Amino acid sequence: MPDKPILLPAEFADLEPFAADWALRRERERYAKRLSSSMEQMQAFYDAAFPRAAAAIQYLNQFDLDKLPEPAQNLLFLLYSLVTVSFPVEVWKQPHVPDAGASYLDLVDEPVP
Amino acid sequence: MALIEKKGTGWAALQIKKPSAGSWTEAYPELGTEPISYEDSISPEFLEAERQAIFKRCWVNVGRVEQVPKAGSYFTKELAVVNTSIIVVRGADQKIRAFHNICRHRGNKLVWTDYPDREDRGTCRQFACKYHGWRYALDGKLVFIQQEGEFFGIDKERYGLVEVNLDVWEGFIFVNLSPTPAQPLREFLGEMASGIEGYPFHKLTQAFRYRSEIKANWKLCQDAFQEFYHAPVLHKKQMPTPEMGQALSEAGYQGIHYEVFGPHRMVSSTGLVRAPRDADPAKPIDRLTRSGLHGPWDQLSGGTAELPRGINPTKSPLWGLDSFQFFPNFVILIWKANWYLTYHYWPLTPHSHVFETTLYFPPPKNAAERLAQETAAVTFKEYGFQDSNTLEATQSMLQSRVVDKFPLCDQEVLCRHLHKVVQDWVKAYHA
Repeated sequence: MPDKPILLPAEFADLEPFAADWALRRERERYAKRLSSSMEQMQAFYDAAFPRAAAAIQYLNQFDLDKLPEPAQNLLFLLYSLVTVSFPVEVWKQPHVPDAGASYLDLVDEPVP
Repeated sequence: MALIEKKGTGWAALQIKKPSAGSWTEAYPELGTEPISYEDSISPEFLEAERQAIFKRCWVNVGRVEQVPKAGSYFTKELAVVNTSIIVVRGADQKIRAFHNICRHRGNKLVWTDYPDREDRGTCRQFACKYHGWRYALDGKLVFIQQEGEFFGIDKERYGLVEVNLDVWEGFIFVNLSPTPAQPLREFLGEMASGIEGYPFHKLTQAFRYRSEIKANWKLCQDAFQEFYHAPVLHKKQMPTPEMGQALSEAGYQGIHYEVFGPHRMVSSTGLVRAPRDADPAKPIDRLTRSGLHGPWDQLSGGTAELPRGINPTKSPLWGLDSFQFFPNFVILIWKANWYLTYHYWPLTPHSHVFETTLYFPPPKNAAERLAQETAAVTFKEYGFQDSNTLEATQSMLQSRVVDKFPLCDQEVLCRHLHKVVQDWVKAYHA
């Protein structure tokens, strides 16, 4: 368990059980989490987060992206992770890209948030 | 990326008109139609020749002006192909300059942090060498020598940083490692560059920068991204439904337009032909974020009402993207929805190179726009993996030299052109 709980906006408190694992700031962390997760773990996260995602986007749209309160920023990071797990869940049915072997493509520079 | 359209309950192939010569390839008779050799992609001697004939003489793109936003902003660029590292810096006079990244005292690499072989960036007032503390101004002048009195009549004027020729086109920073470039940058970029001038590159400043080392020759990777003949096959499984993947692979791929401009070349292509209102071809995450492989579905803000004439040159209603391949190793790929990406291919060895991709979007106005970018970036990476691993498989077998000639089809005309231009430059240099 992390030292400090990762908080989401009150309206999305139902997703908080997933926040410690998936509200990750950097793409590198999200991708590593995807590769180290089982399909069951990703499916559970996807099944919980996807139905709430449209409402979450609508909620976040009210803020200036550069001035997101911390819980809102965590929610945005959680949505990034939803995108990260979407290919394994919706298409590949496995954490890795098929036929990708040891190849890698590092995101060395990314916008935050 | 193939050309299919919804017909009734299924999918049908679309037809594209080819040039009067009968094919894109035969429109350029100098390219020939014979099978080609890939000896230029496996031979150590040929890479040595490319260093001298091409990379030490051509203008090469090393970044964009947004990477050096204010006086003192700098980044370093490792240019292993020409055995150097350079510093690109904006001076107090706002001028952007490039220098070889070497201290004039005893040759230490001047700018690096933690790992000497990694690229670095930051902001500073002067460059100070970690070794003996010599300092250089942003314009390259040597301004401080530690214990200067211990030296023997040293003249600081003579020990400034070694400057590299630099010029900027549409915000893209190019350097030329030749002390006396054969052509100015703008002349080198030629007519293909004229056609895309005015595109709002300077407004698309939200960058996702990817880097990978791929165990394949730099030209093989460029080939992979300058033909889409492979797309319906290699990426069949990414299609939202098996029926659509099947229809795409049966229809095959047709480029809308191919054109060669001296050493440079371009292909104009469809996007995945689908009506956004037609929900079934899109994956759930694409529908949620209104985005996917071809980028955000909604035209992004900060665009230009009228595209420059070189973009979608045939004004095709099917248009989805144009890929402009600047010789030797720089590609700008412009998408219909007002975003673009660049590719760079930097040779390391005959059998490996550094592959860089940067996706550029307008700064997002809200979370919805930002998420559409995230989906585009994540999807790009999923595809990129498959491409790069396939390249390693190709390289390893080319090196067997079991087969020495390979047939290229008309949709691979740009691959044919790249290899010919590279070989022509090498021949001309050694003539």
